[in-house]
Amino acid sequence: MTAAAEGSPALRAAGPRRSPLLQSEAAQGFALISPTFVYALILLVLPILVVIAHSFWTQNYLTIDHTFTLENYRIALTEPIYRDLLWRSLYISLTVSLLTVVLAYPIAYFISFHGGRHKSLWLFLITIPFWTSYLLRVMSWKVILGYNGVLNSGLMGLGIISEPSDALLYNSTAVIITLTHAWATFAILPIFVSLEKVDRTLVEAATDLGDGPLRSFLRVTLPLSAPGVISAALIVMIPTVGDYVTPKLVGGKDGVMIANAIQAQFGKAANWPLGAALSVTTMVIVSLMAGATVLIIRALQRLAR
Amino acid sequence: MTAIRRFLPGWLSSYATLYILFLYLPVIFLPIFSINTAATPKFPLSGVTLHWYEDLPKTPALIDATWNSLLVGISAAILSTVLGILAARSITRYRYPGRRAINGLIMAPLVLPEVIVAISMLLVMLQLGLSLSLFTVVLGHVLVCIPYSMTVLTSGFEGFDRSLEEASADLGESAFGTFRRVTLPMVAPAIISSLLVCFTISLDEFIIAFFLTGTEATLPIYIWGQLRFAAKLPGVLALGTLLLLASFVLMTVAEILRRRAARRTQNEGGLYA
Repeated sequence: MTAAAEGSPALRAAGPRRSPLLQSEAAQGFALISPTFVYALILLVLPILVVIAHSFWTQNYLTIDHTFTLENYRIALTEPIYRDLLWRSLYISLTVSLLTVVLAYPIAYFISFHGGRHKSLWLFLITIPFWTSYLLRVMSWKVILGYNGVLNSGLMGLGIISEPSDALLYNSTAVIITLTHAWATFAILPIFVSLEKVDRTLVEAATDLGDGPLRSFLRVTLPLSAPGVISAALIVMIPTVGDYVTPKLVGGKDGVMIANAIQAQFGKAANWPLGAALSVTTMVIVSLMAGATVLIIRALQRLAR
Repeated sequence: MTAIRRFLPGWLSSYATLYILFLYLPVIFLPIFSINTAATPKFPLSGVTLHWYEDLPKTPALIDATWNSLLVGISAAILSTVLGILAARSITRYRYPGRRAINGLIMAPLVLPEVIVAISMLLVMLQLGLSLSLFTVVLGHVLVCIPYSMTVLTSGFEGFDRSLEEASADLGESAFGTFRRVTLPMVAPAIISSLLVCFTISLDEFIIAFFLTGTEATLPIYIWGQLRFAAKLPGVLALGTLLLLASFVLMTVAEILRRRAARRTQNEGGLYA
């Protein structure tokens, strides 16, 4: 903390002149950020390194055998149960990010281009549900989709179905719906920000040069907002692949995801190295998927021009 | 083509309204069923009652969880805001090599799966021989709160006119006086906004608390434990409604303050802008 105090402007002005190194702007800036930086190093970087190290070790009942092995990765990649969970998690997170981006784009477009004076009110309305507890939002979907839930009793009340359907809850569709709802805001904001940066005169120019609204949207607005679409997709894809609460509450047997298996290794199954290997595998594969998504969106962006 | 142009804004605004409904509808069922007399959440309501709410203060485990949540929330809010102030000030005021990389690292918890962040911290804490308690939960919450604190504070600090501080110093004000009478009033709304945002996140956060706590439960962990019992659902819904209300009020105040801060430093843009 002393390093930070030395960098803080209030004390700097009062203190005696120090060495030129400490006076330099770079040193001051670095000193000021160092406590937060060190915090992130100790509680984020170090833990991730420890997880990576564990993934190459073996659980020996209560102790850890530190000999290097790839056995955990072999299990993570070839055991049918983990392979299936991994595929399902990737499928769910890809579907959810596609859905959220496609559903969010028109909203972001509407607020940016037609929001008028009420832009910040719209943004506020959209962010509020996001700030409510994630657990509670998942729980409310359980209430809606359940056997005795809102949707079933509503459909029965309207005479559309004669008895409650159990097809709504406890499957991967329920997980996809819940996650799409939970991450909606995260997709709207980045797209909105990039649409705000689109130079309106370019759209006008396209219109003046004879492009219709659809054509000018496809050739000017959409490609220019690609960075927002990319960050929206990544911001949804990476965290959802490791979601634990949603599959546990609304997923049932058919909606279990990889995070539930990871948790089990650190809980009941007590096999830390395997849990670590599953975590690393998930992160590597989802990063590859995210990278591929970026490349595909960039390619589409070039094609549109 | 002109038909599309005329039709589009109308279509878009009805879509936007539907979307808002989709965002809010699920959340609204919690308060509705929390005043239902029957324990199963289905329509039509069998009757209206407040007794699920009346039962809440009579549950000792819930009272403990509330105190734990308040303690964790306040500690996490203060710690992450202090760390956020240092980082946001450094990012918005100084230029140095590695600035973007450090910023990226600090913001990373925002885009990492929470389970992976939680289990990695769990491993390190167990290796270091830290016993799991509310303290370890605070450590975890601070890590995930800092990115939000940074976003709020950066939007408050950006556009902050350094010449005002210099003018104050030139006019003979002491360093502390400048800080108290010039800097602080300008950034105070952003700081309070950051405290509220971090408190709300910590109050609602489940995964990290679930992995890093010992025997003490926070409110979301308490709720998680109750979800196993169907008969306890209305009580959980009542508690959930109160939590929703608390988050809503806190975030509204935080947003108003953040906007005020942004106006003071003549900087526009949303929480993520």
